Amino acid sequence: MGVGILVEHLNAWYGTTHTLQDINLHIPANHATALIGPSGCGKSTFVRCLNRMHETNPIARATGTVKMGDIDIYNDASPVEIRRRVGMVFQRPNPFPTMSIYDNVVSGLKLNGFRNRKILDETVERSLKSAALWEEVKDDLKKKSGASLSGGQQQRMCIARAIAVDPEVLLMDEPASALDPVSTSKIEDLIFQLKSQYTIVIVTHNMQQAARVAENTGFFLNGKMVEFDSTHKIFTNPSDKRTEDYITGRFG
Amino acid sequence: MSAQPNLPDLTPPVSSPARPPMNFGTRAMRVHFGYRKATNLLVGGLAILATVIVIAPLVAILIYLIYKGASSLNVAFFTRPPAPVGEQGGGMANSIFGSGVILTLASLMGIPVGIAAGVYLAEYGRGKLLGNAIRFTADVLNGVPSIVMGIAVYSLIVMQQKHFSAFAGGVALAIMMVPTVTRTTEEMLATVPHSIREAALGLGVPKWRTTISVALKTASPGIITGCMLAFARVAGETAPLLFTAFGNQFWSFKLNEPIGALPLQIYVYAISPYDEWHRLAWAGSLVLIVLIMVSVTLVRIFASRGVLKGGS
Repeated sequence: MGVGILVEHLNAWYGTTHTLQDINLHIPANHATALIGPSGCGKSTFVRCLNRMHETNPIARATGTVKMGDIDIYNDASPVEIRRRVGMVFQRPNPFPTMSIYDNVVSGLKLNGFRNRKILDETVERSLKSAALWEEVKDDLKKKSGASLSGGQQQRMCIARAIAVDPEVLLMDEPASALDPVSTSKIEDLIFQLKSQYTIVIVTHNMQQAARVAENTGFFLNGKMVEFDSTHKIFTNPSDKRTEDYITGRFG
Repeated sequence: MSAQPNLPDLTPPVSSPARPPMNFGTRAMRVHFGYRKATNLLVGGLAILATVIVIAPLVAILIYLIYKGASSLNVAFFTRPPAPVGEQGGGMANSIFGSGVILTLASLMGIPVGIAAGVYLAEYGRGKLLGNAIRFTADVLNGVPSIVMGIAVYSLIVMQQKHFSAFAGGVALAIMMVPTVTRTTEEMLATVPHSIREAALGLGVPKWRTTISVALKTASPGIITGCMLAFARVAGETAPLLFTAFGNQFWSFKLNEPIGALPLQIYVYAISPYDEWHRLAWAGSLVLIVLIMVSVTLVRIFASRGVLKGGS
């Protein structure tokens, strides 16, 4: 089951650039939350702070509190532990090219030393079924490389890979932006189903997508969170003038 | 998907004047195409010529070696050590074995050190003083004449132990392998996309595990090629062995004794005054080249097993 995320006074820098400025936000458990905003506004940096991927860049740093359930992720746990509990799906599908489809899906388990064949088999089937990919690949699981699939299939495989480790939170950084409309709608259906089990945070440039999949939406601009509310309210009656300008297409 | 309310009008504006269709039949066009075809043919021909020029010496050497050396190859060549001066027959069995021992030692020492240094350079030493120092040292080491490597190992190991040894020969060749392996490993790791590393890190895989199981594995075909290049290069080296392995006319199965090696034996026979020994030197060269080709090919076949359909 997913956990809620409480973000307090989160600041992030790349070198001297202040990319995130005092973000305060409560992301409810088992819901999908969309983050929208123009390019470079800090949405991606924000989700990368939620699984401490931000700090893998040597010039990056972050301050503030991020609580996932009872755990303060910056003080109570190591980045590696956090990333095991917070799955991430990236903008471009990034399968491991040397691994089969099977090994790609259970790579999170195998690379952490888990070897029980029976459980691995079950995990592959369960994860690929959750990611709506099982029927398409079940005959080639160990024969084909993960990189041999189409872009949309690769991205669903990456989602299967992320949920195979049974995370509590799933971060998606523009998961459909490199995909065609058919694959995009498959991914969206998937998000719709997955949010009953995971807390989902999805960054998107596509406002219809935010409207379709998310209960709550946050609008980011220039490193600040301008507005956070129910998706319905953001798209029909935003409180802030800048939000209204953005969603009506006056800029961005 | 909801219907898009304001789809752009994609029909071309009617007012734009119709462009006349291109006429490919004119004389100017035919001349132009003729010119383009000729250029294509010329450049293609030059590329083929260049390939032939590159491959020709290799083929010529191989043919000449077979012509000169194949007649001296017999069972004794592969089963017996050299015959004493004045006696007919004998072979290079001990030298072939010795080369195998020295090269195995060199690979066991040189390849792990080289790969480890390459991993440090690519994953941890970027932009650091130590990283730049190692990179510079590797490049300089690559240019050090092999005889100097022999003398260095002579004073470092042979002088201390007070005897020549297979081990010293292995060390000399290992040092020669390190720079090539290091730099190829570094360059191949740099070609592994950052997104793949992020995928592993994002799954909660520690950095060291990501480096070994994901980055190194993805780069492994290139790294194996680098190791093979280094191996093939040192397999034919004579100079570093002159003062280290020293050579041996008899069988030696100990690592702390002088041992024979194919290049050394070829050298000894080639500068001798006897025709019989010259022929054996040719045969030895042929065997050396064939053994290098066979071992490189075997490693390639072995390494390509288990590669999946559609992988990079």
